[in-house]
Amino acid sequence: MNSLRVSRIIITLLMGVAGIMFVMPFLWMLSASFKPELDVMAYPINWIPTTWNAVQNYTEVWAGALPFSLYYWNTIKVTLLTTVFSLIISAMAAYGFSKISFKGRDALFILILATFMIPSQAILVPQFIMYRWLGLFDSHAGLVLLGASGVIGTFLLRQFFMSIHNEIIESARMDGANHWTIFVRITLPLVQSALATVIILRFIWTWNDYQNPLIFLRSDHLFTLQLGMTKFSDVNGEFYSLMMAGAVSAILPLLIIFIIGQKHVIEGVASGSVKG
Amino acid sequence: METLKETKTARNRVTSKKRKKFMQDTLAGYLFIAPMLIMATVLTIIPILVSGGVSFTDWNFISGLNNINFIGFDNYTKMASDENFLRSLANNFALMFVIPVSLFISLTLAVLINKATYFKSFFKVIYFMPFISSFVAVAVLWRVLFHPTSGPINGFLMSIGISNPPAWLADPSYSLLSVAIIMVWAGIGFEMIIFMAGLQNIPTDLYEAADIDGASKIRQFFKITIPLLSPTTFFLLITGIVGSFKVFDLIMILTSGGPAGSTSVIVFYLYEVAFIQLKSGYASAIGIVLLLLILVITFVQWIGQKKWVNY
Repeated sequence: MNSLRVSRIIITLLMGVAGIMFVMPFLWMLSASFKPELDVMAYPINWIPTTWNAVQNYTEVWAGALPFSLYYWNTIKVTLLTTVFSLIISAMAAYGFSKISFKGRDALFILILATFMIPSQAILVPQFIMYRWLGLFDSHAGLVLLGASGVIGTFLLRQFFMSIHNEIIESARMDGANHWTIFVRITLPLVQSALATVIILRFIWTWNDYQNPLIFLRSDHLFTLQLGMTKFSDVNGEFYSLMMAGAVSAILPLLIIFIIGQKHVIEGVASGSVKG
Repeated sequence: METLKETKTARNRVTSKKRKKFMQDTLAGYLFIAPMLIMATVLTIIPILVSGGVSFTDWNFISGLNNINFIGFDNYTKMASDENFLRSLANNFALMFVIPVSLFISLTLAVLINKATYFKSFFKVIYFMPFISSFVAVAVLWRVLFHPTSGPINGFLMSIGISNPPAWLADPSYSLLSVAIIMVWAGIGFEMIIFMAGLQNIPTDLYEAADIDGASKIRQFFKITIPLLSPTTFFLLITGIVGSFKVFDLIMILTSGGPAGSTSVIVFYLYEVAFIQLKSGYASAIGIVLLLLILVITFVQWIGQKKWVNY
């Protein structure tokens, strides 16, 4: 038993070393964001800055030449709206596909699942043309709509809805409840943890999305963080300290959400794929 | 007679009630899935059909609808002799090898973390960091780390005596390898989490029985863990390969396909053709080929799951 424990400690230590090597790029990023530009590329690396320049760097990023705080606000807006819409649409569809029996249900579900295989790049051109016609091009509304139909979310929630016993729904119907009431009052509370998973995943994916804003936004004042960050590195050219401060600012909220909702993210990612 | 009549009406009442419920269900069902169905139709199904149609024309969207000509399979045959397309395709196939490598690393990590270590959730957060970071942030970061003259990676290599380290992303013969390294690093966390979930589903009494029979840990790993994880591994292999065909953000920001097209992939080339060269017809054809490739891979998964996976 004792030798088992020793080997455990040794492996933990080894894993710790491997883990530190793995996150080293992030540590470097954080450390660079605190340094004056001239020290960033100095080698050997000073992990703890010799001269602190954190306040200046972050002020420059947040209140400097580029409207970084506007990009940040745009991202928050688009991400929250997309998450809300996508959650409502996915949850409703998941309930319909699992708890109501009607003609054509399974065929339609397969159709929806099949759309998941279509790579987003293959439909960019028609989407672009359609958005121009509909007047949705270069607007946040258009961006929100693009992210709002989540096939993965529907699939994941459907799995959870299916685990709810049909007797609960039948007896509620006997008592005269309609599907909407059952959906909102009975089933949604039962799949809370799955809802949390879908919310967090959708939030992370929308926050990090680069391709859709790149294609469907043109005006500078509508740009999201991910677009802003690349623009930022163009404008500043070689100012790596500022680029890193921008990147840290972009990752931080997600890291916090992830640490809080870790269980939900990991369970969701795992259950959505291993079972599926 | 009377009773028979009564049961008949009763039965009628029941069937009409049932029919009413059935109608209600159908209506409710369609209302519940309507938003999803409409969105999918408008944003995905119609566009892919349009894409299929446009791929047989020479249309570019500046010239408008009047100048659209049907050119049959010309766009598709053009691809076979388009050097840039073929190079991108070859790069995509090369990047597929990222997946087995990262699967090997992530399986090793998953087994070690799962079986042997303390601080499990701490390690999970560490390896999951790239998953929650955007490809933009990752690309911006690695572009600096890989900087040929003053980046920390080459700084390290020079300090241990390699006087002529590669220029990584700036060198056409190393650029694809650099992209592959970043993809491995970014993909490990997700794969590790899935493997850990798979490991938890393996019943522990199998290992106990093997212990009693005197099988070594290594033997247990190859005879129990690997076969029982095969559905997970196969799933990750296929989703990983499909995912590697869709890597756009990373390439766009890291290299823009360069230097000299050495890191161009299909999705990046598609973007270039569609939004820089503005050849909508040709771009649509590339998109359809990409879809067909992904369908083939998915089909292999469908067949393979029945044949090779060891449940």
